[in-house]
Amino acid sequence: MFKDSTAIVGIGQTQFAKLLPQTELELACTAIKIALEDAGIHPSEVDALGSYTFEHTPDYEVARNLGFGELHFFSQSPHGGGAGCGAIGQVALAIGAGVAQVGVVWRSRKRSERSSRVWAGVQARIDDHWKYSRPSGLVRPVDEVAILMRRYMYEFNVTREQLGAVALAQREYAHRNPVAFMQSRTLTMEQYINARMISDPLCLFDNCLETDGAAAVIIVNRERARSLRHLPAFIHAFSQGMSREHQVMADFHGANPLLSSSYVTAANLWRQADCGPNDVDVAQIYDAFSPLVLFSLEAYGLCPCGTAAQFVHDGGTRIDGRLPVNTSGGSLSEVYLHGMNLITEAVRQIRGTSTAQVSEVEFSFVSTCDSTPNGALLLRRA
Amino acid sequence: MIETIPLPATDYPPDAPFWSAALRSQLSIQQCAYCQRLRFPPRPMCPHCQSVEHAWVALSGRAKVWSFTMPQPPLLPIFEKMLPYVVVLAEIVEDPSIRIIGNLVSETYESITNVDITNLKIGADLRVRFRSCAIDVALPCWILSEEL
Repeated sequence: MFKDSTAIVGIGQTQFAKLLPQTELELACTAIKIALEDAGIHPSEVDALGSYTFEHTPDYEVARNLGFGELHFFSQSPHGGGAGCGAIGQVALAIGAGVAQVGVVWRSRKRSERSSRVWAGVQARIDDHWKYSRPSGLVRPVDEVAILMRRYMYEFNVTREQLGAVALAQREYAHRNPVAFMQSRTLTMEQYINARMISDPLCLFDNCLETDGAAAVIIVNRERARSLRHLPAFIHAFSQGMSREHQVMADFHGANPLLSSSYVTAANLWRQADCGPNDVDVAQIYDAFSPLVLFSLEAYGLCPCGTAAQFVHDGGTRIDGRLPVNTSGGSLSEVYLHGMNLITEAVRQIRGTSTAQVSEVEFSFVSTCDSTPNGALLLRRA
Repeated sequence: MIETIPLPATDYPPDAPFWSAALRSQLSIQQCAYCQRLRFPPRPMCPHCQSVEHAWVALSGRAKVWSFTMPQPPLLPIFEKMLPYVVVLAEIVEDPSIRIIGNLVSETYESITNVDITNLKIGADLRVRFRSCAIDVALPCWILSEEL
């Protein structure tokens, strides 16, 4: 049985900033070193690695810098912002099954230079499914999400003020988090409404940060987890998800394009769990663009369909709300690390060490990108 | 960063007929020869019956706006020069689960820039047009149509 058989027992991260001088490899090694120290595990014990296919630091370079032992399992999870929980889940499956003993999953990214914008590298001729959208000037992920958000606003009568509440709520969390990139920068609804459009109806503040940094987690089995210094964050349930006839990001076909891969992940996650969505105490929801928070709240059953915008606008995701969401500031206000910072924050909520700590957390939820093939984890205390 | 419009590769056998039809100003998509379902974007196998046999059928070119966006900077240099422009996701009348992206253009459709959006809204009627972008590429685009 996979349920609760593994746990995240160490977390580490570097500074989050623009234009850090270190290479992505050095950032990766630093975050992993801190995570191992946090767990109280020597690097020579590591025998399993997981990362993103988008990760530029090779597993063997990470291993030979940190002095890992002989490795028994190494995997990568695809689809950018959809990858984080998959990378962790795959390593956890290997450890839970006894194939390996100590796993490391990391993401290191220098995304603050304009030249590092992935969409800016589009080629003169396109040979994948994006040939049917990018030639029309629908080039960036934000454009693809804007198409979905305008439809969502039409179907559920959602206003920009309601959407803006996502960015404002997360900025409030960033104010409490001393390492958040936007810790000292205030954001008002007036600023949000008057901000320049990036892809109408999405404005500047609906977009994640362009920042540098790295984060890592350590995974061991249940028995080992109980012997370590921190309260373990047990991996209670895990799933990846890809909907039928899915197309990455430009997933515009089928009966209803608003039914994303998150609905697939959700159904399989709750099938495994001892609890349901109403039992989630705190959630970290992938937020490269603020609409993804609304879409995922509904897909995972955390809000009824069509009500997420009103829920956020009513304060439901704030620290005193029914379900605090993205309590470190998230990708919009802490750092953009393809969601890896959401996972470390989900662990802190189990430990009781968040800068926006929710009281008596038993179930801590974390998801990945709504508009790609994705994954989610349900972490449990004790 | 490229200075030109990123264009589709048109020589990939599974979808080359889509692009050659577009050069003839025809919107043509696959229909499974076994289960008769339409499918788009083109691919070798029908996901419903796993048949690789298919025909290419011409659509009427009539559609409705499912959604749209208006990108703003930062963009590829060529698209910054074309601002403001509208990208429409259109659901085709023959099968609303099939949706095709294209720019909004005017009746004369020489440019995608500064098209009148007074009547642009979700559900509005559209007709397909084709905009020549290279010797092998005509891109589907959409005009707002008063009556269907």
